[in-house]
Amino acid sequence: MTRKGIIDEAMRVVLLCAGLASLSIVVLIGLFILRESLPAFHEIGVWNLLSGKEWRPGQGQFGLLPMIAGSGLVTLGAICLGLPLALCCGIFLAEIAPTWIRVVVRPSIELLAGIPSVVYGLFGLVVLVPAVRQIDYPGNAGFGLLSASIVLAVMILPTIASVSEVAIRSVPDEYRQGALALGSTRWEMIRRVVLPAARSGILSAVVLGLGRALGETIAMIMVIGNSVMMPTTMGGPLPGIFLSRARTLTGNIAVEMSYATGLHSSALFATGVVLFVLIMIVNSAARALMSRNVRGGRP
Amino acid sequence: MGTDAPEARLRTVDYSLFYGSFRALRDITIDIPENSITAIIGPSGCGKSTFLRSFNRMNELIPGVTVTGKVLLDGEDIFHQNVVALRRRVGMVFQRPNPFPKSIFDNVSYGPRIHGIRDRGTLAAIVERSLRDAAIWEEVKDDLQKSALALSGGQQQRLCIARALAVEPEVILMDEPASALDPVATMRIEELMQSLKQKYTIVIVTHNMQQAARVSDYTAFMMTDEERAGNLVEFGATKKIFTTPADRRTEDYISGRFG
Ligand SMILES: Nc1ncnc2c1ncn2[C@@H]1O[C@H](COP(=O)(O)OP(=O)(O)OP(=O)(O)O)[C@@H](O)[C@H]1O
Ligand SMILES: [Mg+2]
Repeated sequence: MTRKGIIDEAMRVVLLCAGLASLSIVVLIGLFILRESLPAFHEIGVWNLLSGKEWRPGQGQFGLLPMIAGSGLVTLGAICLGLPLALCCGIFLAEIAPTWIRVVVRPSIELLAGIPSVVYGLFGLVVLVPAVRQIDYPGNAGFGLLSASIVLAVMILPTIASVSEVAIRSVPDEYRQGALALGSTRWEMIRRVVLPAARSGILSAVVLGLGRALGETIAMIMVIGNSVMMPTTMGGPLPGIFLSRARTLTGNIAVEMSYATGLHSSALFATGVVLFVLIMIVNSAARALMSRNVRGGRP
Repeated sequence: MGTDAPEARLRTVDYSLFYGSFRALRDITIDIPENSITAIIGPSGCGKSTFLRSFNRMNELIPGVTVTGKVLLDGEDIFHQNVVALRRRVGMVFQRPNPFPKSIFDNVSYGPRIHGIRDRGTLAAIVERSLRDAAIWEEVKDDLQKSALALSGGQQQRLCIARALAVEPEVILMDEPASALDPVATMRIEELMQSLKQKYTIVIVTHNMQQAARVSDYTAFMMTDEERAGNLVEFGATKKIFTTPADRRTEDYISGRFG
């Protein structure tokens, strides 16, 4: 074999190994968590775990519904607050901002992405919780879903903004020119041609944001109140539910893992599995959404 | 202008364009008659595309572009008009087919939609008429919901023409519309232009001398001067330009002595 041939072959093997290694790490982690959680699934039952409203490890009650609701609601809140802002930010940076604004804003958004989540938690604790406490509502202590949603919205903003910016910028200029040449205003061009063309990229941005939101732990622990309870409106109107305390799936694991043993510990691993599955559902839902309009989109 | 020469639709007066400090067009004065096909020919880099883009102000999208002189549409200075309204009247077909990543129907109905037509039936009628006018209806009528990107290059280009027609412009600018196409598709587009000129004023940039001679009524020959700025060397009836050009450089270019 020639020298070049050997290098070629060696590189192929190295890359293959790297690929296999990362795959096997994912599989191993999955298997490990699954194995640890098996006793819980076996003894408590999948349905009881998913639908149980009580989580009292001392009394052998392991219902994850309050945490599923907590994670779901706080993610919903964060997306509702953060997504519009982040998208506007991405559109602004990609399509509208003059260069000098772009060179100032883009690094600061990247900086935002680099701040450790515990710092966001501190910010929430010191600024948001007292502010939310001002809202006059029965049982409102400031700690709860609203504060957590706001913290989370800020945390996912940089991810969604920068990924969607990249997606929007990668839309070929020919589309823009075509749209403008037909007499579109700039906004019509953005809304009807550029954004639809960037749809799949924007959707991945949202999925990344969702993943980050579902997985966030420490900042949530600091501001959400951590009470194991089904979020409640406390007798008020529906939006009042966001003033309720709650606990997330991630928080559940992090708060209790240090002292859990036996079935309790296994139930926490099961919490991890539920989280894992939830993220997979979000991913595939996004994928399905992406392919739904494909006939009108990419071939 | 002779008595039976048609009215000038587009006109430039001492028009110059600069990319930053580089002068790409120098003092171009031209009268483009209506309901005719005018071909712009000239060596690569002489400013044909730049000149063509001047008529619908697409050059404004390029940072650092400045212009002097005038461009008139029906006697009115286009730089004093609303650019969106102007581009409705002056449509453009690009060198590379650029259909949107949408269905065939959505591509053609894009223009009418943004200009306020909502009614599904009206839109469908416009789409059919435009696709027929662009000689592509028979090929796509069975599945208007198909993605435009799934069409062949030649079909895409005709779709882009249909998309431009759907807006009902008065002038259509075409920048080498057939350069990416095979001879058959090229022929179809040329036939198409012949039928379109009854209703529209067409300006086409082409590298292909035979094409210019075949399809156009008038020909403008451009060339760069010593400072690489594009000049209009000669403009007149195509027949005359190709048989008895007044300028030596035109003759040299047409007979293939340089370019
Ligand atoms: N966006 C731009 N920025 C700066 N200079 C440009 C730009 N576009 C074109 N030019 C310059 O302007 C001159 C004319 O370019 P133009 O594209 O109009 O030529 P053309 O005649 O259409 O050439 P071709 O036949 O190769 O398409 C060239 O010297 C080119 O380098
Ligand atoms: Mg050109």
